[in-house]
Amino acid sequence: MNCCNEKPVIALYSGEKLCKSHFTEYFENKVFKTIRQFELLDKEENLGVALSGGKDSLTVLHILNRLSQQNPKIKTNAIAIDEGIQNYRDKTLEKAKEFCNKNNIKLDIFSYKEEFGLTLDEMLKILDVKPCNICGIFRRYLLNKKSKELKLTKLATGHNLDDECQSILMNQIKNSIEASARLGPKVGIAQDDKFVQRIKPLYLCTEKEVTTYAFISGLLDEFNECPNVSQSFRAKVRDMLNELENKFPGTKYSIVNSFLQTLPLLKQKFKDGAIKVCIKCNEPSANDVCNACVYLEKLRKRVVVN
Amino acid sequence: MMNVSVFIDRENKTIQLNNISIVSDLLKKLNINPVTVIVSRNNELILEDEKLKDNDEVKILSVISGG
Ligand code: SF4
Ligand SMILES: [Zn+2]
Ligand SMILES: [Zn+2]
Repeated sequence: MNCCNEKPVIALYSGEKLCKSHFTEYFENKVFKTIRQFELLDKEENLGVALSGGKDSLTVLHILNRLSQQNPKIKTNAIAIDEGIQNYRDKTLEKAKEFCNKNNIKLDIFSYKEEFGLTLDEMLKILDVKPCNICGIFRRYLLNKKSKELKLTKLATGHNLDDECQSILMNQIKNSIEASARLGPKVGIAQDDKFVQRIKPLYLCTEKEVTTYAFISGLLDEFNECPNVSQSFRAKVRDMLNELENKFPGTKYSIVNSFLQTLPLLKQKFKDGAIKVCIKCNEPSANDVCNACVYLEKLRKRVVVN
Repeated sequence: MMNVSVFIDRENKTIQLNNISIVSDLLKKLNINPVTVIVSRNNELILEDEKLKDNDEVKILSVISGG
């Protein structure tokens, strides 16, 4: 089943084969449909896109920036976090800057070094923790804090169907169902002005589709990989899911679609878990002191002792 | 037999294949799950059922995000 006489660039799991221009149309329509279906955008927005310089975040920014050009009430800006990971983030941030320059998009970069005094590489020499754990805590903390300071109304991320599928399964395996209640195309359980609402416009796009789109649109750079990535539980779940997808095409869609049916119930169930604020920094937190402040304290002690 | 030159993981390799081979034969030989890559030849994407020719230059790009 080919879309037309042009040479196909991708085979969808349904068996349909699409050429470059029909796939581009299919992909962009899917993103716009996701935005409408899950009401990701209001009529007026001062949007931020969390930009890493990788293909997923560049793709979201590329598409949302096009939307802004058609609709001036939706403003699109980019915000990037420099964790300080040598030989990795420096490279992807170059790509991010280059793209924003070329497309006239405002980009703000915030670094762990400037905000916390240490790069992630330095933190990992001091503390014996899983890199992605502490990296994620500080990144989410900074993204939320800085988005509020920049008066962004929403923060779009590059999370795709594969990411979501992995998170759903990981939460099942660890029996962290409350964490699943925070998933979905609109992140979080309740809306609260302590949080800048995070949205995932690529929610229904597979990683392969995103990569194909990025390739066609000239957004795919040479492959850069974080040196810490292979140690993760996520990587194991990802490989397992990809094996299943290969044997049973459509598996990832099925997992996410059935999850979407239970998601309203999950959000309902956990809606009373009130959002507290950290007594030290005033950022949202599940406990009296937030994870970022707990780690910062640990880092401070070690730095003084040494 | 024929030879196909493959760029993968920042390296060039030469792979020997049977004369009537397609992309999925190449992926199988390299033990790569087709779900995890896109494949290009002369900067054009090609699908798993695409026939390969002697001396083709093929790039295999991972779709997995690097963190
Ligand atoms: S792979 Fe882990 S350490 Fe690397 S950027 Fe991602 S979360 Fe941070
Ligand atoms: Zn077509
Ligand atoms: Zn705090």
